[in-house]
Amino acid sequence: MTALPLHECLSELRAVVIGASTGAVAALSHLLPPLAADFPLAILVTVHVPADKPNCIPALLQAKCRIAIKEAEDKEPVVPGTVYFAPPDYHLLVEQDRSLSLSSEEPANFSRPSVDVLFESAADAYGKDLLAIILSGANQDGARGARAVGEAGGVVVVQNPDSAEARMMPESALTACPEARIMNLSTLAELLCAYGGTAQC
Amino acid sequence: MTSDAAMKTEDIELQLFLEAVYQQFHYDFRGYSKASIKRRLLLARNRIGCATFSALQERLLHDSSVLPQLLDYLTVQVSDMFRDPGYFRALREQIVPHLKTYPSLKVWVAGCSSGEELYSLAILFREEGLESKTMFYATDINVGALAKAEAGVYDLQRIALFTRNHRLAGGKGSLSDYYTAAYGAARFDKTLRRRTVFSDHSLVSDSVFAEVHLVSCRNVLIYFDRPMQDRAIGLFKEALVRKGFLGIGARESLRFNAHAKAFTDLLPGERIYQKRGDE
Repeated sequence: MTALPLHECLSELRAVVIGASTGAVAALSHLLPPLAADFPLAILVTVHVPADKPNCIPALLQAKCRIAIKEAEDKEPVVPGTVYFAPPDYHLLVEQDRSLSLSSEEPANFSRPSVDVLFESAADAYGKDLLAIILSGANQDGARGARAVGEAGGVVVVQNPDSAEARMMPESALTACPEARIMNLSTLAELLCAYGGTAQC
Repeated sequence: MTSDAAMKTEDIELQLFLEAVYQQFHYDFRGYSKASIKRRLLLARNRIGCATFSALQERLLHDSSVLPQLLDYLTVQVSDMFRDPGYFRALREQIVPHLKTYPSLKVWVAGCSSGEELYSLAILFREEGLESKTMFYATDINVGALAKAEAGVYDLQRIALFTRNHRLAGGKGSLSDYYTAAYGAARFDKTLRRRTVFSDHSLVSDSVFAEVHLVSCRNVLIYFDRPMQDRAIGLFKEALVRKGFLGIGARESLRFNAHAKAFTDLLPGERIYQKRGDE
């Protein structure tokens, strides 16, 4: 595969998926607040959170963001300009018809929700029209998923492990998906803003 | 072949595979949420050692040992006793007082899998003094899972969580009153299932078999597509007495369902619904 300039790869995106664990809140607090309320893509996020507590991350981020942020509901249609978080104790998956499904099947990589489960289903549903982002995290979840996105022709971006709060998740993704691009959060935020047609990052 | 075309082939194979399962064995997974079932069948395929769903289909149709292995992948059997303790606490504190007004009760645990939800309810009903007038129906399509439910034996490592959940659910006394531990396993008191009928029943293809006062069906609907969710809720509506109760999973909802209007959203936080009196 030849490495096209990134902006060319991004020309026909239909969705963004993000996976993160340790260090997720700080990283997402960089990426999401600059996005406009009418950002043209849906963003699906899996962050490892405890199974038995409400997830406070969506509310915490909504306070800083213009784009709508919510926890994903089962059978909900995916709408652009919305950030969907996997709820605690459930996997989040995307269907071929671009609706969301939840599942309480076995944890993957000791995680439910699992980044791999989201990324693999999104790779299947969106093919090459997908941007997958792996952020900070202290385990290997997301590596298989990143590879699946790459194999389906999608674009994979990994947070620079040197700037990540926990480097294992980005490093594992880079090992599994060597064609992934490495970026610092500020560059990635600029890229997303530029894609959304706003330059104020 | 491009990766897009390869993916399309795999989806055709998956659809044909589910059709074969249905035609040969009358298990109908065609209306299940595709993303999850595909993921689980890929795990099964790798385990059984087939490169494609077509190869797996051939094995399935010609080797009778394959179906039982597959069913364990096709049906999700993940549950804990008193999972989401708030649900069971709400049943205990807010629904049980209504149930106490009936001379006899029938409860349907639909998609009971290996029985964790059934035993949770049986314990709750015993603690609330309802057990002697209650009949439980525990149904599932997976006969292997039903056998586990009927045995009532769980890994001892899971008991700490079950115990904690039971306490958070407002449990009276100790969960250890209801099981004996031996050889790494907890065997639940068989008198808890004295009033339970275990039965092979499909929400996809079977019909209503009894009039019931409470349906508890948790984390089953999420595996169904919208038309199948409509069918299942339609069955529950038909089975429930007027003003009967329906409890579903913490992340499930009747919002997109064709029968939503037949129910009131009684305890939205705990996903407990009540069938309307005029239905």
